[in-house]
Amino acid sequence: MNRRWATAALAAVPVVFLGYLFVYPVARILTISGSGGLGEILSDPRIRSAAWFTLWQAAVSTAATILVALPLTAVVSRFRFPGRSIVRAAVTVPFVLPTVVVGVAFLALGVEGGPAAIIAAHVFYNLAIVVRTVGSVWSRIDPGPLESARTLGASRLRAFREVTLPLLRPSLTAAASLVFLFSFTSFGVVLILGGLHYRTIEVEIYQQAVTFLDLPAAGALALAQLVAVALVLFLYSRSQERRAIRFKLVAESAALRRPVGTRQWAIVWSVVAVTLGAQLLPLGVLVTRSLRAGGAGWRYLTDPGASALRPIDAVTNTLLFAAVAGSIALIIGMLSATVVARGTGRISRWFDITLMLPLGTSAVTIGFGFLVALDRPIDLRGTLILVPLAHALVAVPFVVRATLPTLRTIRADLRDAAAVLGASPARVWREVELPIVARAAAVGAGFAAAISIGEFGATAFIVRPGTITVPTLIFRLLGRPGAVTYTAAMALAVVLMVVTAGVVLAVDHVRSDALGDF
Amino acid sequence: MKLKIIALLLVVGMALTACTTEEQQTTEQPTDTLTLMTHDSFWGGVTDDTFAAFTADTGISVKVLPAGDAGAMVNQAILTKASPVADVLFGIDDTFLSRALEAGIFLPYRSGLLDRVPDSLEMDERVTPIDFGDVCLNYDRAAMSDADAPKDLSDLTDARFAGQLVVENPATSSPGLAFLLATIARYGEDGWQPYWQSLVANGVKVSPDWDTAYYADFTRWGGEQSLVVSYASSPAAEVIYSETPIDTAPTGVVVDGCYRQTEFAAVLNGTPHQNAAHKLIDFMLSKQFQESIPLTWFVFPANEDAALPPAFVENTVIPTNPLRLDPSLIEANRERWIAEWSQIVIP
Repeated sequence: MNRRWATAALAAVPVVFLGYLFVYPVARILTISGSGGLGEILSDPRIRSAAWFTLWQAAVSTAATILVALPLTAVVSRFRFPGRSIVRAAVTVPFVLPTVVVGVAFLALGVEGGPAAIIAAHVFYNLAIVVRTVGSVWSRIDPGPLESARTLGASRLRAFREVTLPLLRPSLTAAASLVFLFSFTSFGVVLILGGLHYRTIEVEIYQQAVTFLDLPAAGALALAQLVAVALVLFLYSRSQERRAIRFKLVAESAALRRPVGTRQWAIVWSVVAVTLGAQLLPLGVLVTRSLRAGGAGWRYLTDPGASALRPIDAVTNTLLFAAVAGSIALIIGMLSATVVARGTGRISRWFDITLMLPLGTSAVTIGFGFLVALDRPIDLRGTLILVPLAHALVAVPFVVRATLPTLRTIRADLRDAAAVLGASPARVWREVELPIVARAAAVGAGFAAAISIGEFGATAFIVRPGTITVPTLIFRLLGRPGAVTYTAAMALAVVLMVVTAGVVLAVDHVRSDALGDF
Repeated sequence: MKLKIIALLLVVGMALTACTTEEQQTTEQPTDTLTLMTHDSFWGGVTDDTFAAFTADTGISVKVLPAGDAGAMVNQAILTKASPVADVLFGIDDTFLSRALEAGIFLPYRSGLLDRVPDSLEMDERVTPIDFGDVCLNYDRAAMSDADAPKDLSDLTDARFAGQLVVENPATSSPGLAFLLATIARYGEDGWQPYWQSLVANGVKVSPDWDTAYYADFTRWGGEQSLVVSYASSPAAEVIYSETPIDTAPTGVVVDGCYRQTEFAAVLNGTPHQNAAHKLIDFMLSKQFQESIPLTWFVFPANEDAALPPAFVENTVIPTNPLRLDPSLIEANRERWIAEWSQIVIP
């Protein structure tokens, strides 16, 4: 009973956060718009083909992302090699780049618009989700059982399938669920690389709500999207519970091995080179484009005379927002994950599903919902704090999905033992759960920061001139055609890449310093 | 249990909303801050200096609230009618004007400075014209000489320009919609569809937005189309933001077949700061602000007293006879036109 109350207390903050910033605004906008003509809309052949495309491209994007990411995940999880932490941070870079910039880079590489281009872009964007989420568990699996299996004559493949894979499955499906939701609600990528014929429900919602102000139609679509996402999450969450295996994670230092022999070194470096190389290709386009016009863009960015264009301020503001949004997401996400991991049964499952929903809800629905709902008790609309709050709303699912697989490995007897020895629930959390989950939490926090860094304009937010961020400055520059402004925008995209890699590297580092890598 | 809490929150929230929705503030309240709702493109040009003179004169500072593209902005303003997020809205154009007027989101205001604005820009007592711009075809001078460039819209169906034109999708892009409206204004309800069929036969390319069309498809930036739907002022921007000083713009404007977009400012119904809002609109029409418009947003000032910068005088033209359509006609037909256009261009 005591534990139930403790769990309920932990749940209070995330429930209020989610209720006020997600459930209430979305319920309100859906009530206002109504979903009149749901049947009519769902029988429209155009909408049906968009719905079908949304579903299959998200499924294929997810599968492709996992396939492409697995070799790199294996390499960074099994081996200790120079530059490993840089590789783990570098994969996050695409995550923050504005879709306009990436879309144009893809087109510049001669990619033909269509489903293949869309899926390739989704893999490019989401690779980090798999590498980092799965990696945070894989790098801490005790290598002992695997080695025993090999000694007993199991083939490499069989040992992986029967020893490692069952332990990885929860984190693999967690990563898959995030990639799926991201691809499911893809907007900019589909618009730019869709070659006109391919549209997602997200694009349709935007068009109905924004171009035509047909709120009933947009509401019906948003409701359908919400139900579809909830259904997928429900199936996912059921599979998660059945498969959870409690086992002991070891410190990364105990699990990582140096590659032995030329063959292993060759495997490590070729996997890193091929995967990162493919990711660097579009990024390379940005770098070379930033250097066009004799470097005029870089000079423009660093020229103190260029009117009111303050890239340093933009970087500072971006980092500030990222820090605040990341902290909020970390606190809410950790509390939520702890509650979900401890609970079983329906309430806990639906809580988990609701936590994930913001990621699968269209930005228009949430943005318009904020507008019609957040004017009381105090008018949050147009205030600065709404920016990190909105970022955190999208980032919380990352913290939850990154930490939950690890939290679920913790056996209840560990907690009980601590409690029996007289530890308060808070102390149990601090001394039993937190140390074990710290690495996974850092992964989640890194993503939360990255989401905030890359976010631009999904929600109406206030920007006093002094609070411009890097993505908004890129947007500002692209609006004025000219060699200098264009190359400066590309240069700024390069700055964004470096800043992101730096932030993720720093978050990884803080974690291992503060908690001794366990 | 958590579900119950969420349900409870919802009920409480709804009840609170129901109690307070109807009250609207109309009396003037003194303020030191005004909120200006605008589209992303305008907001993209705002700096510390933009409203500094206004703040110095009146003691009122201006918060700028970006709200997506012009359509998204108008719809957000309509959605928040009962509880406005801002005091003044700027950036609504002819395309979405009727929708906003019908929704009753603006209060009438007539600025004394309107005398200095050409009558042709004025539309309604509730909206004040601040600037105008023309969506025009641009051509890459590296790909064709001025003599070879198309002279008007009808040239675009000529075999000489096969595969050379990129336009933006009117469903997702403001200049794309303007270009579609230009063809409707030119060829009429009966003629625009055959015209677009000929454009399709001539290999017109469609991009989702201006950025992609200009930076990915236009030959000037490494693409394959030498004609792009852009703005009359784009060549001036190319000169001003050129890496080395140049005398002539690398791109040219096809003066015929341009579509005129006027941008208006308006006082939002429900603002408790009407007098301050009037002052802000007056400021935006003042010579000082108007003269900052061309080089910041690359559109033309509405106030005839405002002088144009030399780069504008030399590198752009103001089309003498731009195409236009009546806002109420646009509002009544927009969705159908876009749907019919999609049928033709995206079969």
